Amino acid sequence: MTAMTAPAAGAAASRARPVPWRTLAWVSWRQHRLALGAVAALLAGVCAWMLVSGLQMRSALASFGLDSCTPLTASSCTTQETVFINDYYPGAQVVIGVLTVLPVLTGALTGGPMVARELETGTFRLAWTQGCGRTRWLLARLVLAGVLLAAGAAAVSAVFSWYYQPMLRLGQDSPLAPQVFDLRGVVFAGWTLAAFAIGVCAGALIRRTIPAVVTAAAAWSALLALAVFWLRSHYQAALTGVGLVNPASGTGQGTPWILTQWWIQPGGAPASQAEIAALSSRLRQAGGLPTPQAVQQWFAEQGYLKYYTYQPAGRFWHFQLIEGGWLLALSVLLGAATIWLIRRRAA
Amino acid sequence: MNIIEARGLGKRYRGTWALRDCTFALPAGSVTALVGHNGAGKSTLLNLLTGLIEPTEGTATVLAGEPAGSPAALDAVGYVAQEAPLYQNLTVGETLRVIASLNRRWDQRRAEARLAELGIPLSRRVRRMSGGQQAQLALTLALARRPRLLILDEPLAMLDPLARFDFMDTVMSAASQDGLSVILSSHVLAELERVTDHLILLSRGRLQVAGNVRTLLAGHRVYTGPAGQAAELAGRLPVVHVRGDGDRARVLVASGEEAGEPPDGWRREAASLEEMVLGYLREPGAAAYPAPEEVTI
Repeated sequence: MTAMTAPAAGAAASRARPVPWRTLAWVSWRQHRLALGAVAALLAGVCAWMLVSGLQMRSALASFGLDSCTPLTASSCTTQETVFINDYYPGAQVVIGVLTVLPVLTGALTGGPMVARELETGTFRLAWTQGCGRTRWLLARLVLAGVLLAAGAAAVSAVFSWYYQPMLRLGQDSPLAPQVFDLRGVVFAGWTLAAFAIGVCAGALIRRTIPAVVTAAAAWSALLALAVFWLRSHYQAALTGVGLVNPASGTGQGTPWILTQWWIQPGGAPASQAEIAALSSRLRQAGGLPTPQAVQQWFAEQGYLKYYTYQPAGRFWHFQLIEGGWLLALSVLLGAATIWLIRRRAA
Repeated sequence: MNIIEARGLGKRYRGTWALRDCTFALPAGSVTALVGHNGAGKSTLLNLLTGLIEPTEGTATVLAGEPAGSPAALDAVGYVAQEAPLYQNLTVGETLRVIASLNRRWDQRRAEARLAELGIPLSRRVRRMSGGQQAQLALTLALARRPRLLILDEPLAMLDPLARFDFMDTVMSAASQDGLSVILSSHVLAELERVTDHLILLSRGRLQVAGNVRTLLAGHRVYTGPAGQAAELAGRLPVVHVRGDGDRARVLVASGEEAGEPPDGWRREAASLEEMVLGYLREPGAAAYPAPEEVTI
């Protein structure tokens, strides 16, 4: 009789008191602390770099008098602005370049090996036959690494927002423009999390570490390209404008994200590129005009109007939430898919 | 109570059946040898029992009815996989802590005592240990979980003969002290004969022999006699395998004393476990499953 009741009692106890998340989190940390530590060091280095050059940029801004120059469209301001941009914009582009690859570098390199290495070395036979079960085992490390990576990315993103503020204030880029949009707000953490989730899922599918990391990097880049070149401009219907390309420049509202632009000739038909080029060269031969506004004015006098479709800069947070939302949903979905995968096909 | 029950168990990989129609039961407290050629389905069967893989058909339960791989089953089944996989970058002490953290039940004192006995320091890196030491560490991890069922996949493959003896000694003393049930697959028949009381023999993914070793041996005899009369003997008795030995033949017969007196010119003797197993391994078509005790299928 005791032989019959003992297993039932043991089973009930194991259901009531599973292995605590705290100890599972410790195991996850112990096994991934090297990767997570390397990521933390990399992110800290990038932040330090942005802080130093951000401070340099601000002192230059002050010495050029650009921090107090109003309005920024005044010709005395634009001259100084041109010098400042020439000096600091290329450096900022390098920072942007590094930050653009940071999500895939940190996310895919942490996520790719997470399941793949266990499958590759056979240690999944050890790990997945312990009392906690493989679902809790994977969930603990997905959540721990995912949260740490997203938090690190959010910190980098916050430092970048501060760093790049002068360029945005000068209207150099639209906050919605590709690359700048990706690196600010919640979206940077979203792309990092997505790279991690794609890496983990690729690892469970491909079962080899290096092919999984490479595949994840390729898939992530394709997804980013899709979002930047197609998806993002459709989050909300674009507006159509006529006249100045940069109506909000220097007003503090932020430059809009121009999607397409074209010229209309006096009759109302679209003007060809050759036509506009001919007019421009005539204008240059006549001695040129000092500001883009004046050029626009001159074209208007000839009966030529510039039309464009654009997303106003004020939609920044709306777009951030849409993109951050779907990236988070995608990451959770990929995490769930990975759990489903490892529950199905282990050996 | 049956510690393991398989009913119609089968696993197919990409159209090929690695295991099929497997129905057997093993009583609690049994020590079972799982034998068969390479690719006979031994690892597949053990993977199904640990829940690492899902069956294509049929069911496998452990610990009196818990589905293999369920939380209750994982909690009380210790498993040492083939080649004893371990985290090579950890030390022995860290490995203990990692595995302890993945389990509800853990006996640190037992683990440390056993490692001390084996002369394995906690500070040693796993990758610096020999294959034999790694196998011992893997067994220590499995036993420290105080399992009720221990599943060992080719545990002796990495060990030299002396280490094999020590390894099996540990398994057996754990089995007798804790009432632990054990199932182990192996090529090494000699070590198994000493310790096992149940046998499962797989051939090409099918169950060929299953049962209590004593019952199986009682139901088998070896007849020695003139090779020319072997065919005639096969007409009278359930012959499993005939082995020619010049003009003498050794014939494994699936029938015990109940067969009556041996025919003229034939001598009858008890079969050893090894001879019985080898006889069946050479005759994949033959099968024997005397009903094991307490089978309630």
